[in-house]
Amino acid sequence: MKKKYSIASIVKNSLSDNENWGKMWRNPNPKKHYDIIIVGGGGHGLGTAYYLAKHHGIKNIAVIEKGWLGSGNTGRNTTIIRSNYLWDESAYLYDHAVKLWENLSEDLNYNMMFSQRGVLNLAHNEHDIKEIKRRVSANRLNGLDTMWLDKNEVKDLVPIMNTDNLRYPVLGAAYQPRGGVARHDAVAWGYAMRADELGVDIIQNCEVKGIKTDNYKVEGVETTKGFIKSSKIGVVASGHTSVLAATAGVRLPLQSRPLQALVSEPIKPVINTVVMSNAVHAYVSQSDKGELVIGAGTDGYNSFTQRGGYDVIEETVRAIVELYPIFGKMKMLRQWGGIVDICPDASPIISKCDVEGLYFNCGWGTGGFKATPGSANVFAHTIAKDEPHKINAPFALSRFSDGRLIDEHGAAAVAH
Amino acid sequence: MILIKCPYCGERDQSEFANGGEAHVVRPQNPENLSDKDWGEYVFFRNNPKGIFYERWVHSHGCKKWFNVVRNTSTDQILKVYKVNEKRPDLTEFENTLRSPSGEPSVGSGNFAVKK
Repeated sequence: MKKKYSIASIVKNSLSDNENWGKMWRNPNPKKHYDIIIVGGGGHGLGTAYYLAKHHGIKNIAVIEKGWLGSGNTGRNTTIIRSNYLWDESAYLYDHAVKLWENLSEDLNYNMMFSQRGVLNLAHNEHDIKEIKRRVSANRLNGLDTMWLDKNEVKDLVPIMNTDNLRYPVLGAAYQPRGGVARHDAVAWGYAMRADELGVDIIQNCEVKGIKTDNYKVEGVETTKGFIKSSKIGVVASGHTSVLAATAGVRLPLQSRPLQALVSEPIKPVINTVVMSNAVHAYVSQSDKGELVIGAGTDGYNSFTQRGGYDVIEETVRAIVELYPIFGKMKMLRQWGGIVDICPDASPIISKCDVEGLYFNCGWGTGGFKATPGSANVFAHTIAKDEPHKINAPFALSRFSDGRLIDEHGAAAVAH
Repeated sequence: MILIKCPYCGERDQSEFANGGEAHVVRPQNPENLSDKDWGEYVFFRNNPKGIFYERWVHSHGCKKWFNVVRNTSTDQILKVYKVNEKRPDLTEFENTLRSPSGEPSVGSGNFAVKK
């Protein structure tokens, strides 16, 4: 294992025009029965299968994906990674993920292109300053590397930014140097390859049509490739989670909305960090190809169409152009939408439910990518042990009846 | 981009409106008798179907009046607009064209609305 990629293998395969690398994972037909079925072949789902096989020694696992691996929000996000959330519970969860990110390329022997280029959260008014400084202080108490930068320090980091001559001037920012970006497809592919090596069946182009239960106990899933039996099912289907939950008679406090992103034509390096602004709603980073990766907001209504409205993009681009006047004449190459599942308190649900053997990892809303390894890791623990890891215990479904909400509206990437 | 026909002003761009979430959610008459679970259900849980959805909109940059809309969330097609004091239209009024529970073709995760 893990011998697939080395300098020797690169040299060897280059001699045969890279034609003989082989498939990264098998393409098996589903078996009749699995110990655990994971619904959703994105980063979170594949990661869950990987950690279940690696840390918990369970081998008879299937990951069932409606399309191709990473075809949902794993391949649609703006790849920002950070952990500067306000509350303790969130800081532990998201920083658990950042710590795993830091070693993920090595762990999977697959290049995640994880680049800790730092993340800035801009403040544009007095309220922003107070809110962000409070968050910086909370972060520091939790051992995170967040710091407050004044306007001049922000300008030093991002010289192209227009800090003064605009309607909402830049007054400062929170900065987390350990934050950054990673290659989104690599996350899905890396986890898929290593999970497959450990015996996990990855079943693509197979839609789960419903979850079959009997007397509050799961029996299996009905799919386009027939019924598959299992006594434990983990649902990690982002925007479609509530649709699947409904087939098992479970209601979740989720609303699905389109979230859009866009990329520009590639240009020479101009911005070497990630800059986010909640107040004017603009966030931008530059990919290794040179494209600006721009995240827009969610549409103001529920929808499952992976498009979104133009007014949302217009608003974001307007803010980007004002913050970075030199981008004013750039062309945007592509725009797309993904369906995100938004929770009332802007925090995820990683939890058991009333149905025995049914587990949910959902509600990541607009910012699930950053948490992929951490989320997968604690979700695997939850499924294997049938009880939450101490990191995800506060993210239980029961918080919507006992009132222990984890309100991260202020720290979530997109105001919603 | 959606065109919404406000029952008072006529057809306008969606950006003139604000969405008010699910329609016909009734506040419990006896909150003091409800369990925490039931109260939480009322406060936080809303239907989120991929398909026919009853929802509220307000013409915030126009007449500022609230009204209800029936929309297919898998295609964004608006099926009916009606005033708040009108009766909730029956589900059978609308032909549900979804091909699978998640509303998409059995193979691939492409967009149903665009593919059509």
